Amino acid sequence: MTEFQDVFPLQKNRVHEACGPGAIGFAAKACGQDDMTVLWLQAGWQSEQLNPVGLMSFMSPKNLTLVQAESHKDLLACTEDGLRSGAVKLVVCELSQDLDLTAGRRLQLAAEEGGSTGILVIPEGAGSNATQTRWHCSPIFGGDHKTDKNLTLQHWQLIKNKSGTLGGWKVFWDAEAHRVIVVSKDGE
Amino acid sequence: MQRRIVSLWFPRMASDRILRSRPIHAPFAVTSHEKNTERLYCLNKEAMQLGLTLGMGLSDAKALYPDLLTREVDPHEDERFLKLLARWAERYCPWVGLDGQNGLLLDMTGSTHFFESEDGLLTDIHERLQSSRLHVRSGLASTVGAAWALSHFSKGVAPSGQLKAALSPLPVAALRLDEATCAVLLRLGLRTIGDLLATPRATLGRRFGLPLMRRIDQAFGDQAEQVNAVAPDVSYAARLNLPEPIGLYDDVMAALERLLVRICEKLKTQEMGTRVLLMTCQRVDQASVQVELRLARPMREVASILPLFERSVRDVDAGFGIDQIRLEALAVESLPLKQLETGSVQPKKTDALSDLITRLGSRIGLERIKRFEPADSHIPERSFIVSPAAYCDAQREWKEQNLRPVRLFSPEPIEGSDKSPPDTFCWRRMRFSIAQATGPERICPEWWLDDPNWRSGMRDYWRVETRQGRRLWMFFTPQRPAWFVQGEFA
Repeated sequence: MTEFQDVFPLQKNRVHEACGPGAIGFAAKACGQDDMTVLWLQAGWQSEQLNPVGLMSFMSPKNLTLVQAESHKDLLACTEDGLRSGAVKLVVCELSQDLDLTAGRRLQLAAEEGGSTGILVIPEGAGSNATQTRWHCSPIFGGDHKTDKNLTLQHWQLIKNKSGTLGGWKVFWDAEAHRVIVVSKDGE
Repeated sequence: MQRRIVSLWFPRMASDRILRSRPIHAPFAVTSHEKNTERLYCLNKEAMQLGLTLGMGLSDAKALYPDLLTREVDPHEDERFLKLLARWAERYCPWVGLDGQNGLLLDMTGSTHFFESEDGLLTDIHERLQSSRLHVRSGLASTVGAAWALSHFSKGVAPSGQLKAALSPLPVAALRLDEATCAVLLRLGLRTIGDLLATPRATLGRRFGLPLMRRIDQAFGDQAEQVNAVAPDVSYAARLNLPEPIGLYDDVMAALERLLVRICEKLKTQEMGTRVLLMTCQRVDQASVQVELRLARPMREVASILPLFERSVRDVDAGFGIDQIRLEALAVESLPLKQLETGSVQPKKTDALSDLITRLGSRIGLERIKRFEPADSHIPERSFIVSPAAYCDAQREWKEQNLRPVRLFSPEPIEGSDKSPPDTFCWRRMRFSIAQATGPERICPEWWLDDPNWRSGMRDYWRVETRQGRRLWMFFTPQRPAWFVQGEFA
């Protein structure tokens, strides 16, 4: 069985995908796991914006460079450039369209060449087969007994894994320790 | 050492400049648009002899002489021409300054002895300019003021020590006074500088104040006045003419490298770095292709600039071949030499990031790559600034604030008008029931900034945890009871 520590922190030099309502949170937590320089790409027309003040509980906004591309093609091209250069440890790209196999594979190769990790935030069901892992993330209600204000309980379901089996975990973000803590594993 | 200043005045520069390229022997005037009408700005010799005067309306002049040839004034070209003349004048002395729109000042101190005499020097200047069809008037004296007075109202040399004798017969206007002062002086019967000197200083000072006294002192050397030399235009450009046209990618890159080496060497000696590079490829069919490279940081290393050009050079359409390549650094910034620290031979991480920003910028535009900076505001949308990453370096610290959502969007209305959060609500076609709500956190609009989004008054923000899992940031506007969702927590 795949254990959580085998798949998270995400495998380096690979591209991963995240979907679901908690995908942005997933990316933010991956950025925060060890404070790295991040290139965050999004489409220029996107109305939902990233709030650096909200990001502060995960990572320092100083380490983030934001790219706002004007077309889907530019977005992918910039992601590839970012992955290949190796100047940043992590590249996060918010996609709003389907990703085909060619594009996915190109990004994978670029990540291997540059030695950086990629996270693609995709719409549900829009991933490419070239991805290393794909996660479905959704926030869950933790019950009335929780009092910790930073408690951010989420359910992360690994729905594709190239090198291992699938699994699901209930996790939350510990802002003090700056890491993702597993509460329980599915089926246990 | 006795100072020697030469003042050159080109009273007909605007018309001389135009007539130099197409000489005519007919009345000619340069006009300029002043006070709502076309007026004569500069006249050639023939037009002067007709009796035309400067400042006369063009329609009047045309009525008198319908054959008058005219041309619109071009101040930029004139300025450029004057700078050319200044450069030419450096053959006489290294310290040349501009004087108004059509004059030059040469600080000849210590270089007059290269010529037979000071008169010979002026004759030489006159002969050379005459052969270039330029009309010039000149004066040589030991102060700027006196040289100016001689060139504009007399001519020749005022030998050192005889300044008073040379200036005394000149009218008071030769002291570079404004028209009103001249008019008052004339009304008082003080027509020449000699008259002025004969008057007691105290009375003049009381009547006309500092400006007149300063001009008199400057003319006679009692108050220092410097010649401001023209700063040399340093341009960072290089050109390569090719005997045979080229069209292959590798060839263009090799040519580009040669040009870059030349520019970067110059940048290095001047301790500058370039921010914008423009490559112009002149094609055989007379067309030209331009490639602009905007850099995210000032740079001057050939090895790191060249790869950044790769993508744009691949896009260049060479046509039948390129036979000239020109490279110019359009924007330069100071980039002082730095001492290497031990062990820092490898390029820094920030440099790699800047190179990445440059590369992305050449694809989508440098202003689309941004960085967050903190701002002092409690308004959630204004608590940060998004600015272009290439032009902001100051990394200000982020202050701890109340918990804020990772996602912000423009407020989306939901049902409910009660002060406390609704138990169930519908948002984005999903039904939610609230399990826990934390708040309110009241945020008031900033009255000193008129923000249309905040016209509905103050807001009570709530952090809401729903039974469906999602954690939302909602607010209530007490002044106009309504509920909105504005963000989502991670």
